Amino acid sequence: MYLLKEEMMTHNKMINIVDTDIDTDSILQISNLNVYAGDHHILKNVNLRIPKNKITVLLGPSGCGKTTLLKCMNRLSDLYKELDVSGHIYIENDDILNTYKNIPSIRQKMGLLSQRPYPLPMSIYKNVAYGLKLKGIRDKNLIDYNIERHLKEVGLWDEVKDRLHNSPHSLSIGQQQRLCLARGLAVKPRIILADEPTSALDPISSKIIENLFKGLKKHYTIVLVTHVLRQAVRLADNVIFMSHGEIIEQGSPEHLFKNPQTDKLKEYMVDGN
Amino acid sequence: MNRRKIIEEKIFRILSAIATYSLIATLAFIIILIFIKGFHALSWDMVLKAPKGGYYYGGEGGVLNAIVGSLYISIGATIIATIIGVPAALYINVYLSRRKRMQNFIRYILDALWGVPSIVYGAFGFTLMLFLGMNASLLAGIITVSFLIIPIVVRTFDEVLCNIPKGLHEATLALGSTRTEMAFKIIFKQGFPGFITALLLAFGRGIGDAASVLFTAGYTDLIPIHLDEPAATLPLAIFFQLSSPIPEVRERAFAAAAILTIIILVISLTARFLSKKYSISNLK
Repeated sequence: MYLLKEEMMTHNKMINIVDTDIDTDSILQISNLNVYAGDHHILKNVNLRIPKNKITVLLGPSGCGKTTLLKCMNRLSDLYKELDVSGHIYIENDDILNTYKNIPSIRQKMGLLSQRPYPLPMSIYKNVAYGLKLKGIRDKNLIDYNIERHLKEVGLWDEVKDRLHNSPHSLSIGQQQRLCLARGLAVKPRIILADEPTSALDPISSKIIENLFKGLKKHYTIVLVTHVLRQAVRLADNVIFMSHGEIIEQGSPEHLFKNPQTDKLKEYMVDGN
Repeated sequence: MNRRKIIEEKIFRILSAIATYSLIATLAFIIILIFIKGFHALSWDMVLKAPKGGYYYGGEGGVLNAIVGSLYISIGATIIATIIGVPAALYINVYLSRRKRMQNFIRYILDALWGVPSIVYGAFGFTLMLFLGMNASLLAGIITVSFLIIPIVVRTFDEVLCNIPKGLHEATLALGSTRTEMAFKIIFKQGFPGFITALLLAFGRGIGDAASVLFTAGYTDLIPIHLDEPAATLPLAIFFQLSSPIPEVRERAFAAAAILTIIILVISLTARFLSKKYSISNLK
């Protein structure tokens, strides 16, 4: 018992030390976040900062709570009655868990990319226009301009410009995922939340998405959930390693993977490769 | 062992093939029988004229009164059922999505209502009609049939909506939609084929049901013009003519049945066509 306590203390110390290494220019801060589903403690007192214009990777085995953490960030956790969420999540000094502001406008600060693409049941054009219309843009020229801009941003424009009014199901899964990304970018988010966005894609499509992320971080902050260690190595500026609902280690990938401090990460690095 | 599996496979394949094809054959047999029996009586007069004096004794005329009455009642009831049923199905799936017990309770009640025999709705409609001081009329018929078909619209549409992946809900909300925008702009559109199926089932049940309109819509040889006038319906026209001792009149009953079948077929094909056309972009 004593050992366990000591271990936890060193943990916390280490997290604090690493914490100061991170760029203080953070866009999203989480403090004392706890999530329960009935008796099951899914997220245990999570504290972290997401640095601006960087790719932060939430890494960990399946079921460690990384998707739940991501869903708390844009309050999609509201959809699950069984989740009991407490704590604070600050986005630009707005505590989104304890706010009276309307939730849809908070969600628009973040774009979501899920495990598989979910195109809306409408044409390619209307998929991107949907978010613009929600933002209150009615001017057709402005809509057209933004659609072209965001489809270019995800490198899809040349592939779809002649069939904008076709069904999104005429596209490959990889193209659909990029369409969903463009659709998310159209609402002008600050942060992109990506929940294992390449897990349903072939290697070539995955690489396209990864390269897009590298370019997009100039303008957006990206939070990427993955269980693929190599993807974390390729993309991350900041890695948060989670296990059983706790943050075990965090820091830059060079620092973290070359010099893992805990057995859990060491084990994961062996099994994950 | 292997041989046993092969025989097992063959037997079950043959049995299920027999079940399928005998079903189709029975349906075909019913339709062919109706058309053969009613063929002699089937004429433009039958479709375009209301009954004249002595029609039920073999006199001149047609069943236009019943065709129009049936269409009025079933279309009217389907419209009412849509206005009430579609928001109800969306409410169950969008607003009650966190309350699984409530969802299941409502579904259970609706399934029970679906199973209630139409004569019970007829009796209920009749009681309601007397309570409101109405006569047997088009309006009373429409209201009664809409009671009968609302559970069908809600549950059929609901069954499709509850299979829409949660990921689509999340993607839509993440873009900043409110739940109402999500319900009517995305979920309704995604469930559109289910909506069409719901309407078809409801319309088919409404136009084909005799017991619910027996006391409530009345019967008349005139074509109804106002909502408070009684209206004839095809199922009742078939019933009255089929119980006649005169063979020509019985033939006309089959002709009326053929007309009813054709109406349902035409509406069903049109609706399926529209459903396909407007759901081309839906998530598969």
